[in-house]
Amino acid sequence: MEELDGEPAVTVIPGVNSKKNQMCFDWGPGEMLVCETSFSKKEKSEMVPSCPFIYIIRKDVDVYSQILRKLFNESHGIFLGLQRIDEELTGKSRKSQLVRVSKNYRSVIRACMEEMHQVAIAAKDPASGRQFSSQVSILSAMELIWNLCEILFIEVAPAGHLLLHLLDWVRLHVCEVDSLSADVLGSENPSNHDSFWNLGLGGMTSHGWSLPYTFATNPHLESLLKIMLGDEAALLEQKELLSNWYHFLVTRLLYSNPTVKPIDLHYYAQSSLDLFLGGESSPEPLDNILLAAFEFDIHQVIKECSIALSNWWFVAHLTDLLDHCKLLQSHNLYFGSNMREFLLLEYASGLFAHPSLWQLGVDYFDYCPKLGRVSLELHIERIPLNTEQKALKVLRICEQRQMTEQVRSICKILAMKAVRNNRLGSALSWSIRAKDAAFATLVSDRFLRDYCERGCFSDLDLIDNLGPAMMLSDRLTFLGKYREFHRMYGEKRFADAASLLLSLMTSGIAPRSFWMTLLTDALPLLEQKQVIFSAEQTYELMQCLEDLTSRRPVRGESDIQQLQDEDIETTKVEMLRLALARNLARAIIREGSLEGS
Amino acid sequence: MEEIYAKFVSQKISKTRWRPLPPGSLQTAETFATGSWDNEENYVSLWSIGDFGNLDSDGGFEGDHQLLCDIRHHGDVMDLQFFDQERIVTASSTGCVTVFLHHPNNQTLSVNQQWTTAHYHAGPGSPSYSSAPCTGVVCNNPEIVTVGEDGRINLFRADHKEAVRTIVWEVHFHPSNPDHLFTCSEDGSLWHWDASTDVPEKLSLFHQGGRSSTFLSHSISNQANVHQSVISSWLSTDPAKDRIEITSLLPSRSLSVNSLDILGPCLVCGTDAEAIYVTRHLFS
Repeated sequence: MEELDGEPAVTVIPGVNSKKNQMCFDWGPGEMLVCETSFSKKEKSEMVPSCPFIYIIRKDVDVYSQILRKLFNESHGIFLGLQRIDEELTGKSRKSQLVRVSKNYRSVIRACMEEMHQVAIAAKDPASGRQFSSQVSILSAMELIWNLCEILFIEVAPAGHLLLHLLDWVRLHVCEVDSLSADVLGSENPSNHDSFWNLGLGGMTSHGWSLPYTFATNPHLESLLKIMLGDEAALLEQKELLSNWYHFLVTRLLYSNPTVKPIDLHYYAQSSLDLFLGGESSPEPLDNILLAAFEFDIHQVIKECSIALSNWWFVAHLTDLLDHCKLLQSHNLYFGSNMREFLLLEYASGLFAHPSLWQLGVDYFDYCPKLGRVSLELHIERIPLNTEQKALKVLRICEQRQMTEQVRSICKILAMKAVRNNRLGSALSWSIRAKDAAFATLVSDRFLRDYCERGCFSDLDLIDNLGPAMMLSDRLTFLGKYREFHRMYGEKRFADAASLLLSLMTSGIAPRSFWMTLLTDALPLLEQKQVIFSAEQTYELMQCLEDLTSRRPVRGESDIQQLQDEDIETTKVEMLRLALARNLARAIIREGSLEGS
Repeated sequence: MEEIYAKFVSQKISKTRWRPLPPGSLQTAETFATGSWDNEENYVSLWSIGDFGNLDSDGGFEGDHQLLCDIRHHGDVMDLQFFDQERIVTASSTGCVTVFLHHPNNQTLSVNQQWTTAHYHAGPGSPSYSSAPCTGVVCNNPEIVTVGEDGRINLFRADHKEAVRTIVWEVHFHPSNPDHLFTCSEDGSLWHWDASTDVPEKLSLFHQGGRSSTFLSHSISNQANVHQSVISSWLSTDPAKDRIEITSLLPSRSLSVNSLDILGPCLVCGTDAEAIYVTRHLFS
């Protein structure tokens, strides 16, 4: 457990001169930003070059430890299974399911402990070996607490069974006894072995009456019989064989009150703690937590664990499980959500601070009914998206939960990135997926501009297969239809192409700036041997041309380039007028002589 | 379908591939490679399910998969393929294509060859150079084809430094069809679609999932007696007539299964819940 009143460790940040300049900092979800300010500590402000970097400082080793990651991932699966347990189940079957879930959590903690223990032993440098060992003891304490909570709150064992469970609990955590047994039972004459008698005392709690012993006069025998009759003082004399006060507690209960009731436990617990410590030392955080558990004060247990442990994993999962056992009254915090939800939110937010484990956090937010959704909305937009594959995963998460705002926002970001990288087809698909009309217009404009510059379209397969998505924005519809015009022309469906071209202008979906291009596209149709545009259509085209030219800006002072451009423009207009006039003539003649076909 | 072994490996697995067996070999699959993604440090790892000294009653191997060796990989492993027995090609989110070489004598992996600017939006010559993720890689000794978010297809030769050819295109692949199909999906499910005609009772179910990758069993597709009715069962529009038995292979469903590979009776898959699942008895 963390020392609450120890000196905090000093971390030196390279490059930052805290003696000269004041530093500023700000907290993030899992880390801190630090940089130098330009405010000097001395009175006179000297022009000292300050460090130009902003540092990100992380303390939380837990989230980054490789082995603890397995804990997070495996427990995530157990958490999900618990949420999906049929709410209809009641009574015994529900209780046994909940106990099974609790045991699953505990076995995951134990697996983690084992692995970390192996790493601790194999560690090459002693400092990291010590660090791993301290992690092992933290995990061991966590499992100890969880196990006790399981017995008292989930299993809810009645008097009689309660002690049996407590015996198992102590046995699991007192390995010393097991290694002693092996020594003693292996020797020639067990009763002559020194450890035999010591074992008799400590081992009584785990082996019960199964150890054979002789009735020879023996000072040890007297102590043994006293203990068996419930003499606490005699038991206390053998203190060094009992590893801690709860071992003492359970041993004591075994001989003095084996049918202890759950509600009476805390009397024995408190006095055992006091007797065992004997006024020499004060209780540690772990002791207080266990005491609170014996007092059935769940809130106190959770509160103390939250303070003592350095991340939210333990309290979040334990509280959630206890909530499923219907043990927590709605303990309202000032922003209105209950304790279970608060802890899950904290835990999940911590996961989102990790580059990889954010995916687990999503499921935790899902099961926070009040603030989960809004928290998820805030967090999911901030996940960095460096590949399309990751973006698609995030999008799928949002779409599954009908988070349309976030979908739109993410697609916009990706569309913008694509435009910057000149991947227009990609940008267009993203804007369509985002249903973002404004962006679709922007991208369509780019396409059209590209076409004007290069004379051909990119990403034809996308534009050709837009389907109903074409309706998203006028500009996009125009792009699709314009491309259709080119296709029709390519397939020599001239009459259809001509009508389409004309309708693009008359319907108003073609931007003014593009009309010149469209009219120029009409030229080859006007110059064909057969008459394609009818007289009526030709009148309309002429109208469009006049509309366009009448809005010309007044010629003022212009430079050479502008003059040249205007010359080209004038020539084009002249050519168009000529072609239109000729076509009109031919059309009138044809319609007049062929019944207007 | 017998036991499936799970192991949590502290990295999200993006791709898993069995090491190909030498042609004509009678061994079963023993080694597979994995690539991770979304970590600050990603790894390409080699795992073994080979002999640990324990044989079960059928003479098969017991125990779960063990790590042989690994090597750091810059960027997410977007795709991974075995080039040959000793070499692995990976596609990275940094736009880099790498060939790793496995040294069996001292069980290490090393970088054999690398094309760091295989995929990019703005080229290495331009001031605003930006790389593009390489999304797929396929090999056929000695050629490697890669495709990326920049829309390029590159053709590399294993011994050449530069890309042999670059094409700008967009590609979609569709697998062909024998009688056993395995799919893994974004919603965390792993399905075995069994269209073999010798199974008496079959249910027809159509699984609806997110993006999925489909994969086909190598050994079965090489059987000489793949006959007409097998092919038609996949394409059949009448669900009542040709039945497909669909089995879920994973015990519980959590996060996305990103990748799966099959060699003979062995299947391996990797998930975003940082777990690798292996089974050696697919068809028992």
